[in-house]
Amino acid sequence: MVQYDTHEHDVLVIGAGGAGLRAAIEASAQGAKVGLVCKSLLGKAHTVMAEGGVAAALANVDDRDNWKVHFADTMRGGQYVNNWRMAELHAKEAPDRVRELEAWGAVFDRTKDGRILQRNFGGHRYPRLAHVGDRTGLEMIRTLQDYGIHKGIDVFMEFTIIGLIKDGARVAGAFAYDRERGLFHLFTARAVVIATGGIGRAYKITSNSWEYTGDGQAMAYDAGADLMDMEFVQFHPTGMVWPLSVAGILVTEGVRGEGGILKNKDGHRFMFDDIPENYRQQTADNEEEGWRYCQGDKNARRPPELLTRDHVARCIVREIKEGRGSPHGGVFLDIAWIKKKIPNAEEHIKRKLPSMYHQFLKLADIDITKVPMEVGPTTHYMMGGIRVDGDSQMSTVPGLFAAGESAAGLHGANRLGGNSLSDLLVFGKRAGEYAAKFAKENGPVAVDQRQIEELGRRALAPFEENSGNHESPYQIQKELQTRMQELVGIVRREDEMNQALELIGELKERAKHVRVEGNRMYNAGWHLSIDLHNLLTVSEAITRAALVRKESRGAHFRDDYPNKDNTLGGFNVVLRKSTEGMKVSMEPLREMPAELKQIIEEQQK
Amino acid sequence: MSSTATFKIWRGDANGGEFRDYQARVDEGMVVLDAVHQIQAEQAPDMAVRWNCKAGKCGSCSSEINGMPKLMCMTRLSDLPLDQPVTVEPMHTFPIIKDLVTDVAWNYRAKKMIKPFSPRPPDAPDGTWRVAQADIERIQEFRKCIECFLCQNVCHVLREHHLEDKFIGPRLLTFTAALEMHPVDIEDRLYDLRKLDGIGYCNITKCCTKVCPEEIHITDNAIIPLKERVVDRFFDPVTRLMRAITGDGKK
Repeated sequence: MVQYDTHEHDVLVIGAGGAGLRAAIEASAQGAKVGLVCKSLLGKAHTVMAEGGVAAALANVDDRDNWKVHFADTMRGGQYVNNWRMAELHAKEAPDRVRELEAWGAVFDRTKDGRILQRNFGGHRYPRLAHVGDRTGLEMIRTLQDYGIHKGIDVFMEFTIIGLIKDGARVAGAFAYDRERGLFHLFTARAVVIATGGIGRAYKITSNSWEYTGDGQAMAYDAGADLMDMEFVQFHPTGMVWPLSVAGILVTEGVRGEGGILKNKDGHRFMFDDIPENYRQQTADNEEEGWRYCQGDKNARRPPELLTRDHVARCIVREIKEGRGSPHGGVFLDIAWIKKKIPNAEEHIKRKLPSMYHQFLKLADIDITKVPMEVGPTTHYMMGGIRVDGDSQMSTVPGLFAAGESAAGLHGANRLGGNSLSDLLVFGKRAGEYAAKFAKENGPVAVDQRQIEELGRRALAPFEENSGNHESPYQIQKELQTRMQELVGIVRREDEMNQALELIGELKERAKHVRVEGNRMYNAGWHLSIDLHNLLTVSEAITRAALVRKESRGAHFRDDYPNKDNTLGGFNVVLRKSTEGMKVSMEPLREMPAELKQIIEEQQK
Repeated sequence: MSSTATFKIWRGDANGGEFRDYQARVDEGMVVLDAVHQIQAEQAPDMAVRWNCKAGKCGSCSSEINGMPKLMCMTRLSDLPLDQPVTVEPMHTFPIIKDLVTDVAWNYRAKKMIKPFSPRPPDAPDGTWRVAQADIERIQEFRKCIECFLCQNVCHVLREHHLEDKFIGPRLLTFTAALEMHPVDIEDRLYDLRKLDGIGYCNITKCCTKVCPEEIHITDNAIIPLKERVVDRFFDPVTRLMRAITGDGKK
């Protein structure tokens, strides 16, 4: 018999980044008793790292902007496999969600007439990102946190969910341990919102912290929910490449929004060499026009550095592969050059990009106001995740909701920068609202003791491992990360991905023999050994989905199928747990209503 | 150019502990957190350390390195004398949980006692406010805070005297300053600052400012202006007389 404490709530929110906090606030506002569980301390989730801004068609800087343009930009960026309903709701509701943050105390940078300032970003037609220098995520999470703590939400810091509990078909809660003492906890709830973020730790080079091991995706999958679009992993084009110990740390797209340019070792501005057809009309013809765009000239078109992230990342990979990279295996990102264009450029850069200035100076001895940075792609974001209903954010399991990065749909094959922060707000709120509604409309749950026993046994197995061929969780994680990076990275091929599947199968077997030392108190090795199950599950999902999408689309690039396939473009890849293992199916996109189609057509011009 | 260095890391829990020596490989550009991770992965798998972003943005990996309060992720090995052992220990002010991890929950409880943001009615029909950039720059400085609690850790009122029930510490005074100086906020926190938050305990030694990884001018820009407001309200004879006449205690 496993021992545990029990906590009862109407709505349990798992994850306390932007989406989780916003969901908890909303569910609480709807009168639900809410529990909020987070793997780290409050305010440390990955939202805090977001730099550039939150996308919302406020039209404060350019009055030509509106939800229709934002909708069309999001669909084009996602290569039209997005859930169009989510893209529509997101574009319509993001402005209200941003204004609401201001009413809760957020302090965004201002326009000259005192409204929220907006900046340019890749794939957004007009300056659309509300921001605070380059620390927008910190502002957002702190605002939500400081507002949320007064709303009667029970916060459980440094708790980790081991798995979900079900009552028949519906979700009934979750089983957890606390890091501090290593004790078990049962959370019962009539509705559960997953807001656990991404999967970056499945890769070696990543901007993600230790937390992002695909917990939400894996626990939902284990509970029978569909995963979707898992082949679409965003490799952010600009991560730090040197020193090695900081490789992968993010360099905000805001650098390019402020006029930063990408160059190869010969000083050539290579982004002008390859401009995709569907963006040609929106892209500057020459360097001068690109600069004018960054300066707010409404008649200028954006520079090619601000093309979508998937494309920029591939161009960088091409330069590196063809021997034109920088000394440490990246390319150059130059913001210092703007001193030729504006007076006081150094002060301007420090004011607009303070944390980038600080980060490079402290970690790499590079003064970005004087010399170019070296950058290369880094695993950043999972576009796919738990398949949800666009309006309610409910998964295919009744009572189980998902929002933010852990949910699929809004971003399609490629996410635009700035759309994740708005995603968190819009769909965090919706998930909280509909979870509270579900809790109100559905009776109490019954808990099946066998499920708890099983999860408890699985969690404690690493302490009892004594088979003689035991494994270190750190070693298994390292091997997985290295091989996923090599075999299911930016450029993919069938034979390599089959190798990856084989490896994942072997690692799954080896993970059964993980052994940990010490006791249950704040034991990092034990925590990782529990996370391994999630990492392996999402790695398999990514690989299986990537294998069946035999085309290149958005962030998913196949060397063996380098072009888009219109037929495949009509489908999402869905993964579901079955008795024979992970089942992959192609499911057709829902037909888009005529009025949305028309918006997309109008915005092509 | 790989070499090795010795790290003396504090291992233990609330019942006591000791420094243990570990050898770690040192490569170009490494920070203390890299060394701690390497030791954790290869020699001490159950070692407890808190971290998240590894880029100085989340404030999780606060510790004391060679006796100096710092973020492990922003302390480069090349800035430390590696011919001697590098000591890494948990923050001293907070109760130990295990190894490098301390119980910082008090900071969260104390924050909850501070009156939250309370805006004046919106300036525009769409529910928004008009605020000049110049009027928010000083609170944007305070809002850079990453809640690493290093300032709380070095403040002698907390570190030596443990007046946690009488004094909210530099982090939360800065937090209060950001609210009090918010151009849209209409709440009044001066009475609380004096009576509940214990602003008088701060005697401006500026230890907090010195350790702030975000380089926030905690003492000069946040605490001293708040002290001035409290003094103006409660100790200025003219204001006291006016208040006695009008009976108005609000700002």
